Amino acid sequence: MTEPILKARNLVKRYGKVTALDHCDFELMPGEILAVIGDNGAGKSSLIKALSGAVQPDGGEIWLDGKKVEFASPLDARAHGIECVYQTLAMSPALSIADNMFMGRELRKPGIMGSLFRKLDRPAMEKFAREKLNELGLMTIQNINQAVETLSGGQRQGVAVARAAAFGSKVVILDEPTAALGVKESRRVLELIRDVRSRGIPIILISHNMPHVFEVADRIHIHRLGKRLCVIRPDDYTMSDAVAFMTGAKEAPGEPMAA
Amino acid sequence: MTSNGNTAAGFEEGLQGASEKVAEFHDDKSLLKRVQHWLHQTPSAVPMIVLAVSVVVFAILSENFFRATTMSTILQQIAIVGILGCAQTLVILTAGIDLSVGAIAVFSSVLMGQLTFRYGIPAPMAIVLGLALGTAMGAINGLLISRLKLPPFIVTLGTWQIYLSANFIFSANETIRSQDIAESAPALQFWGNAVQPGGVKILFAVFLMIALVAIMSYVLRHTAWGRHVYAVGDDAEAAQLSGVRTDRMILQVYALAGLFCAIAGWVMIGRFGSVSPTASTGQLGNIQSITAVVIGGISLFGGRGSIVGMFFGALIVGVFEMGLRLVGTDPQWTFFLIGVLIIFAVAVDQWIRKVSS
Repeated sequence: MTEPILKARNLVKRYGKVTALDHCDFELMPGEILAVIGDNGAGKSSLIKALSGAVQPDGGEIWLDGKKVEFASPLDARAHGIECVYQTLAMSPALSIADNMFMGRELRKPGIMGSLFRKLDRPAMEKFAREKLNELGLMTIQNINQAVETLSGGQRQGVAVARAAAFGSKVVILDEPTAALGVKESRRVLELIRDVRSRGIPIILISHNMPHVFEVADRIHIHRLGKRLCVIRPDDYTMSDAVAFMTGAKEAPGEPMAA
Repeated sequence: MTSNGNTAAGFEEGLQGASEKVAEFHDDKSLLKRVQHWLHQTPSAVPMIVLAVSVVVFAILSENFFRATTMSTILQQIAIVGILGCAQTLVILTAGIDLSVGAIAVFSSVLMGQLTFRYGIPAPMAIVLGLALGTAMGAINGLLISRLKLPPFIVTLGTWQIYLSANFIFSANETIRSQDIAESAPALQFWGNAVQPGGVKILFAVFLMIALVAIMSYVLRHTAWGRHVYAVGDDAEAAQLSGVRTDRMILQVYALAGLFCAIAGWVMIGRFGSVSPTASTGQLGNIQSITAVVIGGISLFGGRGSIVGMFFGALIVGVFEMGLRLVGTDPQWTFFLIGVLIIFAVAVDQWIRKVSS
């Protein structure tokens, strides 16, 4: 049996009297798209934040590649190869596509210009950014030095996904990637997600959009009341089943299904 | 791939035949749009044009204006504001504001002077201490803003008063005379020295200002630290999430601003000769530097603009003051026109920001 690439056991996170994560388990298998769904307030965001280092759980353990890890910050998680595309995209609108892709991990010129004068290696950064966008079929972005604010919503999402895919060597987390997009742009982002998976990187997809979830996910993690209620395969259940599980209208299937 | 992918995507069937492109760019051909785009990418262009036009206008109005001596006097007069403007630029790029720049400059100059004359510390050592203390004053601003999360306006409104009054208390309102400094501590007046190529006097302070603008322009544009300054001002939360340590950046920016203010304090001694706790810079330095920054096309909302623009902004103020004096108008027209320019600059900034929509 294959080992999960990312695994969490008994995660607990409390905010004052509110328990956002109540001994929650989580498993992501290599190369899969795992959707995480749940009603508002079920604790999806807290789970994702714990996995991406944005919050530190009060209890429980996280394993990455079979090794126990503790993330002190998002930077820490990133250093371990976990990239997150936040719902807000976390991009600086006035800066260029290349600047945004390399924010916090800029390349410096070789030699004294880089070591002493800290000069950025713009050509290398631009080349890399262009390559990554091309790989994901976003080659119609012509000017890599264009400010992000001049891009449309779908284009920005594309750049954010490209950034995550370029640097996320182990796991890419996407938080509501299609929430702000039109139908056409959503379709393109779903294709992007498949492209990323086809390159061997597993994906955690948080979404409220059931058709999107059922279309791309290999497995669906249903979150309810701060813990994992069950994991289902989209083939075995309908969308209304999933909604019934996550709202508690219907009894969940017996035990969490193994991968 | 899931087997029900087709059914799930069924509602999107109407899309077939629609454009598949997600990232498509069409060049907007309208001239106005292009100008807007160009300004968006070259934020210092507007002040540069205003500067060029005002130089031409004054050269036509007054035959004495377009002369090397006049130009060097203008540069000399904006040296202190230009250096304070470097500090203010950094802070405003992070979407902050520093009202204490003038106070830090004056207090630093007083510290350098008093450490030398009252405590007998050698002048070079006193200068280093003064620069360090100025940096510390900036760092206090930065700590209050980044750790306690207080608004920059309030913090620096407070420290402006605190540093300025501490300056009066510490100095006992005592001025150190120019002759005394020249006699026993000429290092304090270093930036008041001048070169005279062809009889045109250019203060060392002018070279220092230009060097600082050039260095900071490089740092802001070509180093990761510089890009992070912009990112923090643009959207601090996004910068944080994408890996910038925003708290540390803000602390560093205010501390560096403090250092620039202390350098301006040192330059003040060279410019004015004496060390005076009541120098007008303490009260006016913040407004003058903010004026230069705003006229220079740097957005008060952070993340946009260039330090070269600030330099042009300071020059515009200098050119107006000098030009209107030479033309012989009431000096109040200077402030009238600068007021108009400030509003014009902010209006242009708002317009440029709409490029995204």
